[in-house]
Amino acid sequence: MSEEIKTMKVTIDNITIDVAPGTTILQAARQIGGDVTPPAMCYYSKLEGSGGKCRTCLVEVAAGSTADPRPMPKLVASCRTGVMDGMIVKNMTSEKVPEARAGVVEFLLLNHPLDCPICDQAGECHLQDLGYDHGKEGTRYQFARRTFKKEDIGPFIQLHMTRCILCYRCTYVANQLTDNRVHGVVDRGDHAAISTYISKAIDNEFSGNMIDVCPVGALTDKTFRFKNRVWFTKPVDAHRNCKTPGCCGKTTLWMRGSEVFRVTARKDTWGEVQSFDGKPGWICNTCRFETKNAESWTIEGLTTISRHSVIGVNKYKTLDMPKETTKAVMNGVEPKLLMDIHNISEVNKPGVHLSDIKGPAHSTNFKKQ
Amino acid sequence: MQALTNKAKQVSRKPMNFMEKMYLPAIFKGMMITFSHIFKKKPTINYPEKQRPFSPVFRGLQILNRDEEGRENCTACGLCAVACPAEAITMEGAERLPGEEHLYKEEKYAAKYEINMLRCIFCGLCEEACPKDAIYLSETFTPADYQRKQFIYSKNDLLIPHPKENPEEYQKALGNRPQKATSN
Repeated sequence: MSEEIKTMKVTIDNITIDVAPGTTILQAARQIGGDVTPPAMCYYSKLEGSGGKCRTCLVEVAAGSTADPRPMPKLVASCRTGVMDGMIVKNMTSEKVPEARAGVVEFLLLNHPLDCPICDQAGECHLQDLGYDHGKEGTRYQFARRTFKKEDIGPFIQLHMTRCILCYRCTYVANQLTDNRVHGVVDRGDHAAISTYISKAIDNEFSGNMIDVCPVGALTDKTFRFKNRVWFTKPVDAHRNCKTPGCCGKTTLWMRGSEVFRVTARKDTWGEVQSFDGKPGWICNTCRFETKNAESWTIEGLTTISRHSVIGVNKYKTLDMPKETTKAVMNGVEPKLLMDIHNISEVNKPGVHLSDIKGPAHSTNFKKQ
Repeated sequence: MQALTNKAKQVSRKPMNFMEKMYLPAIFKGMMITFSHIFKKKPTINYPEKQRPFSPVFRGLQILNRDEEGRENCTACGLCAVACPAEAITMEGAERLPGEEHLYKEEKYAAKYEINMLRCIFCGLCEEACPKDAIYLSETFTPADYQRKQFIYSKNDLLIPHPKENPEEYQKALGNRPQKATSN
């Protein structure tokens, strides 16, 4: 008989679950799922060593373990605290946690510019969700914020250091996915900034995953920059036979009509990159930035969007356009159009493809047309 | 069957008496009502010469606002378009180039902005959604036209006159609207 695997009983918000030793509270809460799970801005289960930086996953430990049932004196970061047998954790049910977390949100927003109307991440931003969840969508901070110049990290990635919350996820991506890291956190304290010393370009094939990993709009896709808002594009699951070693080729296309505006990795319930066969589904830069035509992709179907997300607003639930019924009803007579909108409207012209422009559109692009 | 309200009036089926058969008293009564209106206050005005003031909450034609230096407020964030129940608003964003700072307030702006006035229901949700005080509904209505294509309003039709180059027109377009305090 094989040795019995020892499990630990942990109770989170009155739900008891058996987990393997070495599991953190956050991982145990994710196994339960739903509202019990604390939010996480810096912890990323697919990146080793991440977590412990943002403090949004604070929980109250009401009883340490069966052996020592004293409560922990302070709130603990659930992503870094391992479970003990008989531990009782309070997340939603705690009185202290929502207040502390709201405080953490305010701290994160201290230096955040709140330029959501401009930011390309708006609509799928974790900080935005977190702020609205805790009623802290504004800020009380009245002093000058730290400012940085926006920077190009390679030809495809734009860094807005002002929006960064220093979660370090992107540096872990560089460490663990690419062979040599050329960017990191420079300076200390208030001046700390992500940068590539001497603006060295990142030309690794997997550097684009930094964009997916970034919880805020600090790292954004330059090929999608200002092209469209996230909630006007339709997410579609697609795959292609990618030759790059390590690339899973399974992506989400953000489409508008038949145009592919943006390609991202597929995300799971926690906003992290989905795993396929136990391996995280990172995608290469060829898939992400250079394959922007719908013909190269095999479309699987619509991406499931949370009912509460703005991304699902005003969208049909099918991939196909609704059928024109006039012809069938009128015995083959075509409907007589009083006005074709494309003859008058200058927006969304059928022959003009914004997705073909490499970077963001400028006034020069519109003058040419 | 019991009536739902007591507003129903039973029709009288009694045969008319002599006075009623003559009809003259009823006609005279009606004429008196008409005559009495000559001495009452007129509810109508002579429209094009005289105009009634608009209510301060009137929701009319949209206007794209500029700041006091004449830069466009709109950043093409798309919140008006997503809030629009009639899906009348479309736009295309672009990045501001160096040297265009006097034209656009933020680094992103609406290169194209269109409102389909045939679809617009003047609900004012675009104004409510706007985080930049860039769009508001003015105290005028959309002028009538013979052709549908005239109702596709582009950015040139919607933009408020320049406050420095054309201050009088700007003030007129601004109306009596209370100024919102904008952040940033």
